Parts: sequence; C-alpha cells; structure tokens
Amino acid sequence: MTDQPTTERPSTVSVRPNTQAPAPIKAVPVRHPGRWVTVAVLAVLAAQFAHMLVTNKFIEWRWLFENAMFTKPVLTGLRGTILLTISSMVLGVALGVGLAIMRLSPNPVLKLTAWSYIWFFRAVPRLVLCVLFGNLGILWNRLEFGLPFDRQIGALFGVDNFELRLFGFDARDLLSGFLAGMLALALSEAAYMAEIVRAGMESVDAGQSEAAQALGLSRGQTLRRVMLPQAMRVIVPPTGNETIAMIKDTSLVAAVPISAEAYYQLRAIGAAAFKVVPVLVGACLWYLALCSVLMVIQYYIERHFSKGYGRAEHAKLRLRGMAAEAGGGGGVV
Amino acid sequence: MVRLENVHKSFGRLEVLKGIDVEVAAGEVCVVVGPSGSGKSTLLRCVNHLEKINAGRIWVDGELIGYRQRGDKLHELRDKEVAAQRRAIGMVFQRFNLFPHMTALENVMEAPVRAKRGTKAEIREVAVALLSRVGLADKVDTYPGQLSGGQQQRVAIARALAMRPKLMLFDEPTSALDPELVGEVLDVMKDLAAEGMTMIVVTHEIGFAREVGDHLIFMDGGVVVEAGRPREVIAAPRHDRTRAFLAKVL
Repeated sequence: MTDQPTTERPSTVSVRPNTQAPAPIKAVPVRHPGRWVTVAVLAVLAAQFAHMLVTNKFIEWRWLFENAMFTKPVLTGLRGTILLTISSMVLGVALGVGLAIMRLSPNPVLKLTAWSYIWFFRAVPRLVLCVLFGNLGILWNRLEFGLPFDRQIGALFGVDNFELRLFGFDARDLLSGFLAGMLALALSEAAYMAEIVRAGMESVDAGQSEAAQALGLSRGQTLRRVMLPQAMRVIVPPTGNETIAMIKDTSLVAAVPISAEAYYQLRAIGAAAFKVVPVLVGACLWYLALCSVLMVIQYYIERHFSKGYGRAEHAKLRLRGMAAEAGGGGGVV
Repeated sequence: MVRLENVHKSFGRLEVLKGIDVEVAAGEVCVVVGPSGSGKSTLLRCVNHLEKINAGRIWVDGELIGYRQRGDKLHELRDKEVAAQRRAIGMVFQRFNLFPHMTALENVMEAPVRAKRGTKAEIREVAVALLSRVGLADKVDTYPGQLSGGQQQRVAIARALAMRPKLMLFDEPTSALDPELVGEVLDVMKDLAAEGMTMIVVTHEIGFAREVGDHLIFMDGGVVVEAGRPREVIAAPRHDRTRAFLAKVL
C-alpha cells in the first residue's frame, strides 16, 4: 500500500444488510423424454409378463395354491429350510469369526490352520460336500473320543487291541440327515464368512487398534469392543447376501439326502401330480417370500451398526438438530 | 519420571532413531520439535511400546518398558503386562482415533470399565467430570462424527486421562485441526501442565513450546540435535539445523 490517495474504486463484493429476501427461483426443470419412453417400454413388457402369468394354463394357480404350496409336507419342508438356514448360518458365522481372528493373529500356527481351512472349504462345491457328508458313515462306522492313536500306542508297548475310548456314537445316527446337511453347509459357509469378517476387520482404521492398545485394552477387548463393532458395518451387507444364498443352497441337501426341505417337497408333489412348472413357480414364490423377510431384517441390523455414522444416524441427528438449533444446542453436524 | 537411554529403532533397513537419550522429570513438560521424518512420532510411540525398540532402554516411573531384566538377560513382557504398563501412560493422537461407534462418554469410560476401575456408576461420574473439565459437558451423548476436530481432540484427551496416567504423550495433537480450533486444545493442555502432569508433546506449535515447555528437544534425522530450555533454544539456537527449522516455522 502506498500513501498516495487512491480514487474510490467500487468494491467487487458488496456487503449489504439482507433486509429483503429475493423472490424464490421458479425455473423450468430439465425435461427427460427418455425416461417416459423407457417407462412405456417397461410397462408393455411387464403387462405381457403379467398376462402370461394369468392366462397360461400350465401354471395352474388354483391347483398350486390349493394342492401344493400350503400342504403339510411343504410347510414342514419350509420349516426345515428355515431351520437349516438359521442353524448353518449361526454356526458358519461363529466359525467364520473365529477363523478370521485366527488369520489375523500373530501366531503363525493359527494363521496357517485358518488359511488351510479356508483353502479347502472354498475349493469344494457345496453339492459335493453335501453328498460327502451324507456318506461319511462309510469312512467311519463309529465316532469315538478318547486317546488318539491308542491302538498304535498299545502296539508299541506290545499290548494288542489296547483301546482307551471315553464315549462314541454310531456315525450313521449322527451323520445322517439334518446334521450332515447342516455341517456341510455350515463348514463351507464358515470359509466364506471368514474372508468377509477378515475384510471387515482390515477395513477398520489402524489408528483404532492403536488407540485401544494405548489405553491398555487387551487384544481380546480390542477385538470385541473396538474392531468387531466397526467391522460389522462392512460385514453385515455381504452376510445378508450369504444368508440369502444359504436359503437357496439349502435345496442342495436333497443330495445328503434330506427330504425335510421345501424344494424337495414341492418337487415331490409336482412329480406325483405331473405338474412340474406350477411347483417350480411355487418354489420361487416361497423363496421370494423368505428372502423379502430377510431383507427387512438386514435393514434393521445395518441401521443398528451404523451407530455413530452413516446416513440413518445423520438423518436422525439432523432432525434432532433442527429442534435443538433454536435452543442453540446444535453444535457441528 | 521418563528416561530414554541410547534408544535405537529401525523399520527394516531404515534407521529412524539413532541413539536417543532423553530425561523428563515428574511434572515436567518436554516438547519435541523437528521436521517431519525426524523420528519424533516414533520416539513417542516407543515410550508406550507401540513400537518395539531395537536397542537401548526406556523407563517410565522406574519401570522398564516392554521388558523385564533378569540378570543380564531381557525377557519380553506378556501382552497383559504391556497393557498394564500402558494404562499408566495416556496417549493423544494426531488423528484423534476416537471410537466412532461410541458416544463421547462411552469413549472416556471404555478403558476404566474394561480395567475394572470401579463400578459403572463411579466410572461414569469420573468420565462426566473429565468431559466437563475439557469443556464438553454438553456433548456427553454425542458421537465423535458429530463433533468438530477440536472437540474430538478434547474428548481424546479426556479419554486418555480417564486411566489417571502418570505420563501423557501428545503426538502432534493440533496438526489435524482447523487453525481456529487449535487454541481450545492447547488451552486444555496448558491447564493439564499447570496441574503438574508429566507430558511429552510432539508439536509444531512453537508458541506453546515457549510458554508451557520446561524442556525442548529438537530432533532431525533420528538424533537429538539440540536440547535445552525452550526460551533459550528458540531465541538463540546454537545449531544451524535448528536455526533453519525455526526460521521456517516461526
């Protein structure tokens, strides 16, 4: 700045007390003719499909609803499907979390064990697993718990037929039907869940576990209280996917074989009545219904774990903020 | 209170600390300054064993950090013992590192609750008192995501204080803050220093160093280049590197 008197120049920014609000903007919105064309095309296609559903006589709605979908075997089968989904998912998620923690542990033995498990169970198709578990009884007649390699140890000391066994089951009792199917699905699921959980844990900022350590939390506490709750935001959506996939994969246990399952029962009815297509439509409807329920549940779980961030929380806070703003308790949102 | 003796630390082939000797007496505020990459943050992280040192010894309150000496052999401490040592040392991070899924109060309560430092009600009372001490009594039930940077950092300080540490470590506590929010965090730290807390502060706030620091350390290239009383070092640095650095930040 110089001392030389300058001529008054108009400032480019005028600070004017905002006494009068300007008229609100009323602009013509951008038109989207493409959208209307698309809607028309889709509407025609949907109408054609609906027309087919109603008029095609091979679907036989009346027979489907009266003689198939709500018959006792199908409903029992449906219960089996739901039970199988829940139990194999619960076991799969629990095992998966364990495996993920093992994979992330500094202990090389645990790491390799988890890696091998995931390697094996991701490689083998579920259908093959189901058949295999249904036939495990051929490998072992009985499952017994006791001293491992007892016979070999006995032979080493010159004792024939030395056996040290505490209790056992007949493998055929244990590993036939429901349990075999559930194990096949759950063990396979655990491998996928382990990867999902691991990805979730790795998505948590490294500063979080550091802060927890600096506070003197133990490794377990850090995992349980700090890492997992934050990883859940990343874990829940793919787990929802997995659950939905699991509902459908329960139809694979027909290969174990298990018959207490919806798809098997519907097929059986269809085969007996020579009505193949209607029962397939019925199966679609039941799976649709189950998955819809799941999606609602997933929405609420996701909302629970977005505590502290996420859109839902922001929306809630904004509502609260609007009320608080007048009182001056708003703060930075 | 804190004694570092010939501390060395390498990450792979990169030697970050090349023999550091520092002593901080109880109640003293030691300010560590230096260009980025000089090893000051690493030094701080070694003090609570977030980083394992390669050579040398660190004592906090007479306790060897991370190891137990038996004869002339060092034994690594178990995770539990390390955790116990860390409870006596509070740490404040540049990026706050608050737990985003917990409210401000839950953040402060977490460590004492897990360490079973009393009933939940008692801990809650202490936590509320700490939050009001850092001026956030009205933000108790707010999640970190809804707080400003300065407020988050003050919650982080309250969280570190909840374990009643004997030593507080500050790792560039104001570097991630908007300029107008720096003051509120420094004020809390000044109060803390005035109350006699032993503190090691890595910072670029030369004003804070001059006003609050009892001791200033200038680090560059993994060594302590210059140390002394903050006023003297800042007013009349003896070393060229110190002079060059101070000329840039002042």
